Amino acid sequence: MEQQPEQTINLSKEQAQKLLYQMILIRKFEEKSAEMYTKEKIRGFLHLYVGEEAVAVGVLQALSPEDNVLCTYREHGHALVRGLEPGVIMAEMYGKQEGCSGGRGGSMHLFDAKTKFYGGNAIVAGHLAMAVGLALADRKMKRDQVTCCFFGEGAMAEGAFHEAMNLAALWQVPVLFVCENNLYAMGTALRYTHAQTKLEIKGAAYGITSASVDGMDLLQVMDAANKAVQTIRETGHPYFLVCNTYRFRAHSMFDAELYREKSEVDQWKQRDPIPAFTRYLKEQQLLTDTDLHEIESRVEVEVQQAVDFAETCSFEPVEELLKYTYSEKQN
Amino acid sequence: MAGDRITYRECIKQAIREAMLADERVFMMGEDVGHYGGAFAVSKNLLQEFGPKRIMDTPLSEAGFVGAGIGAALGGMLPIVEIMTVNFSLLALDQIANNAATLLHMSGGQFNVPLVIRMSTGIGRQLAAQHSHSWEPIFAHIPGLRILSAGTHEDARYMLAPALADPDPVIIFEYTSMLNIERGLPETKTGVDISKAKVRREGRDITIITYGTGVYKALESASELAAAGIEAEVVDLRVLRPLDEETIVASVAKTSRAFIVEDASRSVSVSSEVSARIMEKCFYDLDAPVQRLCGAEVPIPYPKHLEDASVPQPAQIVTAIKKILQHDRV
Ligand SMILES: Cc1ncc(C[n+]2csc(CCOP(=O)(O)OP(=O)(O)O)c2C)c(N)n1
Repeated sequence: MEQQPEQTINLSKEQAQKLLYQMILIRKFEEKSAEMYTKEKIRGFLHLYVGEEAVAVGVLQALSPEDNVLCTYREHGHALVRGLEPGVIMAEMYGKQEGCSGGRGGSMHLFDAKTKFYGGNAIVAGHLAMAVGLALADRKMKRDQVTCCFFGEGAMAEGAFHEAMNLAALWQVPVLFVCENNLYAMGTALRYTHAQTKLEIKGAAYGITSASVDGMDLLQVMDAANKAVQTIRETGHPYFLVCNTYRFRAHSMFDAELYREKSEVDQWKQRDPIPAFTRYLKEQQLLTDTDLHEIESRVEVEVQQAVDFAETCSFEPVEELLKYTYSEKQN
Repeated sequence: MAGDRITYRECIKQAIREAMLADERVFMMGEDVGHYGGAFAVSKNLLQEFGPKRIMDTPLSEAGFVGAGIGAALGGMLPIVEIMTVNFSLLALDQIANNAATLLHMSGGQFNVPLVIRMSTGIGRQLAAQHSHSWEPIFAHIPGLRILSAGTHEDARYMLAPALADPDPVIIFEYTSMLNIERGLPETKTGVDISKAKVRREGRDITIITYGTGVYKALESASELAAAGIEAEVVDLRVLRPLDEETIVASVAKTSRAFIVEDASRSVSVSSEVSARIMEKCFYDLDAPVQRLCGAEVPIPYPKHLEDASVPQPAQIVTAIKKILQHDRV
């Protein structure tokens, strides 16, 4: 079911460079986050997305600002593409009150009401049923929106995945389930955890239209995501998209990576989506060296500004500890 | 309506019906709530009245439909999710504890979850250990939730509306052993205050603090004690989280003695918490040590005599209180 590259996508120069910019922004932001983590500015769990950028960028471009987005704990990239300010994300990771969740969530719990970004969820598969509920609410309220829910292949072994798929198909609600299959659930390879490793089959089993795509190829992800979102908008039904990808870094900052060979990682790095897309754009004459240089310097500045901003932000006074346990406003 | 006798079951049903009529955003979902008519016949005929979009049958997917309820609440609806019994709520504990209770906080106040979960609970129908617990204390432990216990017909009838008006997740515990009990219903023009405990009977000699099935048992015991010249005050906790300490403290300050009754087993229970708070706040008011009558520390057994022995009975309340007061007078 993996789609062959069909060039249905025609990029303008501006669009093309924006997509490249987003991927580079994620990459540099993540590298900076790792640096800040080793400097102990960021604490707790930190899961980086390096290598998987084409998935967030390729899928989210298919959505409108009205659509809902739910993610796992590996969500800085999605948040950036969705339009959360890098500084506000960095501040959240610093635990500062100017962060997107007021500093209460940290790296794994980025939330933003303005962009309909519903986390940042750190229980594997815990947000899938919520996605079904958000879509159900949209349908009941007669709002024409799509709910997009990202998760890893590890989540697909949880009962919660199967309950959510069944409910979504039973109720025919407009959810785009996006499995970011990076082949490892922490350190355990797909082949040790799934009896059926052709993951898209599991969507089909519920009668959900399902597809898989090379998640290292931005154009293919875009193509598949556009098709998926268009289908959902037309039918109102759920859709299951598996993006086959790879993370170049460890699962989290605590991971010694004893479960895979460096050669395997190096092999996948040959398929790094950023140089691949850069090459493509140059071939298509949508990007010059000067453009690339400009994008890189712009990202450099923005990421540094994010850190500078987080540094100047403040910690919430301890007197406010109990805030946000219950709502202050009435419903 | 005052004076008319009505079953506890009918109270819940009227509350749901009223809520559905009052607000289009309200819908109910759960296992067997529609075509079957509700596992305990609470929602009988509501499907016929409101249709399948508002009375939604769900598959056996406690985590799935509770999670969907949370999502629907985030999306602007007012879902009433019915979990058949508290025993099965443990399959949805992840959704309740990790999502419903945390999202407001983790989002820095951006996303509140106006969800109501109703579940039946309790002991007393010989259903054995997997269908008979009083797990309220598990939920009362979780910050971010409001935990209500409908120990009277009044609460079964009038608690749902304020629960739906609450911007945060609320769990209402209903008691299967009370479903067929008929009582007159007080008129509650102002509705139930779901932040306060309620003094169900005034007294000067001792405070009986209880909730759920303990309320009618305590009232029954108090009548019997009155015949013996002991005036017991009965406090129905009604809200197990956040606990209304003020009402407890005021009552104990008045009576100087406290006796706590609950069906849940004693260790790490609601009564443990209430007892500790009384020690913290009322130690110098007390004329006797705080005492408790709780469920036995045992998975609930099937045979009737053992099941009866595993939860407090009115006769035990009476005996224990007489003993406390006698001891006091020696
Ligand atoms: C229910 C649950 N079990 C275990 C964990 C610990 N844990 C965190 S991430 C992870 C691996 C998840 O892998 P996958 O879903 O493939 O996502 P990825 O991290 O690869 O993006 C595990 C086991 C958890 N957070 N939640």
